[in-house]
Amino acid sequence: MNAQNITEPQTRTLPRHLRRLEAESIEIMREVVAEFSKPVMLYSIGKDSSVMLHLAQKAFYPAKVPFPLLHVDTTWKFREMISFRDGTAQRLGINLIVHVNQDGIERGINPIESGSTLHTQVMKTDALKQALDLYGFDAAFGGARRDEEKSRAKERIFSFRSQGHVWDPRNQRPELWNLFNTRSRNGETMRVFAISNWTELDVWEYIMLENIPVVPLYFAKQRWVVHRNGTLIMVDDERLPLAPDETPELKMMRFRTLGCYPLSGAIESDAATIKDIVAEMQVATLSERQGRLIDTDEVASMEKKKREGYF
Amino acid sequence: MDTDALRELTFTDSKDQLRFITCGSVDDGKSTLIGRFLHDSKAIYEDQLQALARDSVKHGTTGDDIDFALLVDGLEAEREQGITIDVAYRFFTTPRRSFMVADTPGHEQYTRNMATGASNAQLAVILIDARKSVLVQTKRHSYICSLLGIRHVVVALNKMDLVDYRKEVFDRIVDDYVDFASNLGFTSIAAIPISARYGDNIIRLSRNTDWFHGPCLLDYLENIDIQSETAGLPFRFPVQWVNRPNLDFRGYAGTVVSGSIAVGDEIVIPASGRNSRVKQIVTYDGDLVRAEAGDAVTITLTDEIDIGRGDIIAKPTERPEVADQFAAHLIWMDQEPMVPGRSYALRIGTQSIASGSITAMKYRIDVNTGAHVAARTLSLNEIGFCNIATVQPAAFDAYEANRRTGSFIVIDRDTNRTVGAGMIAFPLRRAANIAWQPLSLGKKERAALKHQRPCIIWFTGFSGAGKSTIANLVDQKLFAMSYHTMLLDGDNLRHGLNRDLGFTESDRVENIRRVGEVAKLMADSGLLVICSFISPYKAERDMVRDLVDDGEFIEVFVDTPIGECVRRDPKGLYAKAKSGTIRNFTGIDAPYEAPSAPEIHLTTLNQQPERLADTVLNCLATRGIIVPANRTEN
Repeated sequence: MNAQNITEPQTRTLPRHLRRLEAESIEIMREVVAEFSKPVMLYSIGKDSSVMLHLAQKAFYPAKVPFPLLHVDTTWKFREMISFRDGTAQRLGINLIVHVNQDGIERGINPIESGSTLHTQVMKTDALKQALDLYGFDAAFGGARRDEEKSRAKERIFSFRSQGHVWDPRNQRPELWNLFNTRSRNGETMRVFAISNWTELDVWEYIMLENIPVVPLYFAKQRWVVHRNGTLIMVDDERLPLAPDETPELKMMRFRTLGCYPLSGAIESDAATIKDIVAEMQVATLSERQGRLIDTDEVASMEKKKREGYF
Repeated sequence: MDTDALRELTFTDSKDQLRFITCGSVDDGKSTLIGRFLHDSKAIYEDQLQALARDSVKHGTTGDDIDFALLVDGLEAEREQGITIDVAYRFFTTPRRSFMVADTPGHEQYTRNMATGASNAQLAVILIDARKSVLVQTKRHSYICSLLGIRHVVVALNKMDLVDYRKEVFDRIVDDYVDFASNLGFTSIAAIPISARYGDNIIRLSRNTDWFHGPCLLDYLENIDIQSETAGLPFRFPVQWVNRPNLDFRGYAGTVVSGSIAVGDEIVIPASGRNSRVKQIVTYDGDLVRAEAGDAVTITLTDEIDIGRGDIIAKPTERPEVADQFAAHLIWMDQEPMVPGRSYALRIGTQSIASGSITAMKYRIDVNTGAHVAARTLSLNEIGFCNIATVQPAAFDAYEANRRTGSFIVIDRDTNRTVGAGMIAFPLRRAANIAWQPLSLGKKERAALKHQRPCIIWFTGFSGAGKSTIANLVDQKLFAMSYHTMLLDGDNLRHGLNRDLGFTESDRVENIRRVGEVAKLMADSGLLVICSFISPYKAERDMVRDLVDDGEFIEVFVDTPIGECVRRDPKGLYAKAKSGTIRNFTGIDAPYEAPSAPEIHLTTLNQQPERLADTVLNCLATRGIIVPANRTEN
């Protein structure tokens, strides 16, 4: 990339629909920086976060990204995610804030004994609220997309949270054209979904065409896994208790979505490059979040989690 | 067309995105149609299908078949009631195009949601039930689409299976629709006979309608030539953010919303009239020679001119309008009705207007017939045509000419809710015709002569709270200290300037507007203006606050509980209000919005008025408005 290098826009290799999505996301990010006093970008280390971060670099160039990244660490993320996170922050010279809910640690909350619902509530939702309050952020970027899940399809781009980070689906502001109402009072905050209108396929195409680094777990490799309730769980460290009849086996596998390792199901796959992943997606028969145990642990559970402040 | 072809990915530069809206009511099969699109274009995965099959048994309305509507109605309340209450955005992709569908509710009580979905759509698919023909709601949806600037319409005649796929039914309804829609300004109207439930003519042509020669709905959506709405228009670049990473770089970040710009082009800032030239068009991927509609870029100029967020960069030969009054269509979106004259905040492009008001309601539009109806206000989901005045001039285009620079939203200054959305029709000439008389003598000079700092001391509270008593004492004490003051009081103004006003909400707003303007003129003359008014609405008190400089508006909340005011009832008004002889009495059958952060908060229970007046004087001294000791005339 060279600022002296004047190019005609036609030489950009992005298809038109991706160029449009990119420009829209950049516009949303600039809007937040212009209108809020203390924005932050929630960084989950996944592919969507990687795209968001890339877009942020574009939005503010030649200035540096004018807000910190916040990673809410449940202490159960894949080890490869953590090393990727630290490497990325270092590579881009970005201020990375890592927040852990110490109270949850002391209570011994974990995804295995506590169950996914409680673990997510304490180590993700409560931890996020803690961090936002602690640093006084008034706007937080999130990488949620409308195509992910039913209740997300109705989410605003600027999602208003009243005091205590409450999301009330009946108290969201109408969004017409590209005119976002960014006003808020003390204690009220905004979650901003800058890639709302991207689909999973758009994200991967963009990663491929823009050469955006992502966590290696997305690519197929021989990994140690066990079969559990119809999902493949990777044995990422010694903390995963094994049942008497469970023996980890080496399998070619990869992840479509990343989270806490005991809660993230893998898929058997040979897709070792981004091109392979895009090709595999075109014949995929299961949705991206099907490996997420937290979406199905109760009826309408994503909507419930969102009301409580989950992203 | 083979559905398998939908899965092939091609990275062609020609692939674009079509954003469309579906209109129709729940029982028209709208959600079913979208579910069908998603399903047949393989945008639904197996696990979602399994969940859907489970849900269909539980909530479904289609017997043993999969109820596609359940895919689309995501929120719990909707699933229970079987209705769609909010805009849902759905996505699917074919080799030719990617699609974003706004699925909105059909009932009249959700007009605002439909307008929201339509605001970013280029095309509308309007579903009509083949058994029912063109209904009132069909007309309403078409009218809203037209108003929001959609120019392409597809009439999808659904449930053809229930009329035996008869051609004459289709022809008759299509004729009816075209007749009705002829004056709505649509560029194209297409009609397709479909069955959302059985999939006829959606992804491929159906044998059941061998008299229909296509294209099927998907083919049509893939191939319709949506002329870029923005390419041929004048260049507009609303500045979002000024990028200053170091002293050597000053760039204006934003998105080209229409037209195009090239390095070296001359530009103008319409609001200030300043000119310059484009020096660079900066992007992360290298500088560009030119930027076109839709490009998010950063522009630098050859001259240092004062530009900020909210300015529009345009070309000198094709400038937008600049005015502080305009006529506009307004869609009301809030439970609280619109109050003419009330101060609202506005967003026009990237411009935040601190205060604007509806100065005249021309008419309300009956969205079912398009008829103009006399009206003084707008309630939730009503659409009207009105005049709007803003405190500072705004740059804009007519919405018909440019959706991005002709649209605005209205925000309640107290709750911050988005209460309305509008489309500008034209500027009002009057805005350009009242040129401010440049005054050589200003507030500063006039105040200096009196050796005092002008301000407005604004007493608010219930009738009988003690406002006038305290305000009078403050006035006398200031006079005794040789300050030049003036006292304005609700009762004496209503005998003169405001004698044409009653006590309805809109009359109260107008009452305070006039008082505020009078108080401002008096402050300009250098006086300390003491005002004593119930002034029940926060928005109007803030409107007066905006009329003077920072620190010149001192809000004094005379806080007496309503029970105590009723007990005192110095004028016997509460008794009349309770018996119903007076209507709209604050505290009885009209609201009072207490100040959230007044400069001075007086709790009056068990306090002597004399002491309370001294409290006010002490606060004025602390703020540097008066010198606490007696002073003598120089």
